[in-house]
Amino acid sequence: MVPFARQLESLGYAGLRALEVSTLQVNLGWRCNQACKHCHLQAGPERPEQMALPTIQEILRVAADCSIPVVDLTGGAPELNPHFEYLVASLHHLGVHVRCRSNLTVLLEPGKEHLCGFFREHRVELICSLPYYQQEMVDRVRGPGAFQKSLEALRRLNREGYGLPGSDLELHLMYNPGGAFFPPEQKPLEDLFRRELAQRHDVHFHQLYTLLNMPIGRFQDYLQKSSNYESYMGKLLASFNPATVSGLMCRSLLSVSWDGGLFDCDFHQALNLPLLPGLPQTIGEFDLQALATRPIRLEEHCYGCTAGSGSSCGGSLATEG
Amino acid sequence: MSHYYEEKDLEKFQEMGKYRADLFDNFMNYYQGVMAPGGALTVREKALIALAVAHTVQCPYCIDAYTRVSLENGSNLEEMTEAVHVAAAIRGGAALVHGVQMHNVAAKITM
Repeated sequence: MVPFARQLESLGYAGLRALEVSTLQVNLGWRCNQACKHCHLQAGPERPEQMALPTIQEILRVAADCSIPVVDLTGGAPELNPHFEYLVASLHHLGVHVRCRSNLTVLLEPGKEHLCGFFREHRVELICSLPYYQQEMVDRVRGPGAFQKSLEALRRLNREGYGLPGSDLELHLMYNPGGAFFPPEQKPLEDLFRRELAQRHDVHFHQLYTLLNMPIGRFQDYLQKSSNYESYMGKLLASFNPATVSGLMCRSLLSVSWDGGLFDCDFHQALNLPLLPGLPQTIGEFDLQALATRPIRLEEHCYGCTAGSGSSCGGSLATEG
Repeated sequence: MSHYYEEKDLEKFQEMGKYRADLFDNFMNYYQGVMAPGGALTVREKALIALAVAHTVQCPYCIDAYTRVSLENGSNLEEMTEAVHVAAAIRGGAALVHGVQMHNVAAKITM
């Protein structure tokens, strides 16, 4: 395997650096009401990791002091953090655009039913996981009953005004493949999802993002157990697309772990690969100038973001080349 | 060679350009032109047709390749299974309709 750093070097991207920190992606904890088969963080109901209040206050301080435009909340299920609503309301008050990555089913959990309205009040942008528009595939990846619960949550969000044509209450879906294959091209799949969800279930959304499954965590275990690891990694390498490099999410995003550690992305966080030595390592040491131009840590799984159309928390990065 | 069909042999397809590169290049240009996006059919539809044809020609390489391509273009197992049934129905119907020839021949040579 050609090391990822050397691959970039050959394209003139030696020592890849960040261009800005326009998004702070905050992982509020690895606790989740689901235990999806592809989860790179191996999140689940038994995980104890949760961001504590002092760390959340540090996040608020950084967002205010550094005028961070977007805070992107993820997990686990970020809604399960006991300080979730305090954080969202405070960020909204500061004028920060809040994005929440929701697994949808958590919105039906006892004590969480009010969150659809809470999101609307605080103009939270939602990116919701839905790996397919049919029950079989969704339940296989996310557990029995997940599809029907997801539909119910989407209907509730639609009733709040989310995802409707012309509405500024943004509701986007996130697709990831249900196995050892790559995601489809984003736009045709979005058209297919839109048609099927509207016709079959009267459910509406704005955009569909596609995300490739990163060969780490539970998905790596699955690849190895099913003897797909070698061919999947081979395909990742063979599909390297130079056009994706300029838009890699690590160039504009900084990831914060539940315990306040700083990472180039959520995948590095899952593997406990912190920022390069010499850079601030915790949210308490946040230094915008140093972080906005920081050299990025390059690892073999980075091939997952540059394969085919590319992959990021905002969907594909380029036209396949 | 432990089997006539080896999974990894699909990756060696380029070997067929070794002695007559011109013919192989012609084939590849045609193949890529047919399967390229931007035609009257979507790439997803073409992949389902290819999957069905793969079953009628019973090519394990093509079945492997177009199962993946179909999934990677957003098709599901219901659609893919239905595509194989279409292939099977046409293939079965083709066998059955030749029974008319059998009747014709039998009629000709029997009293």
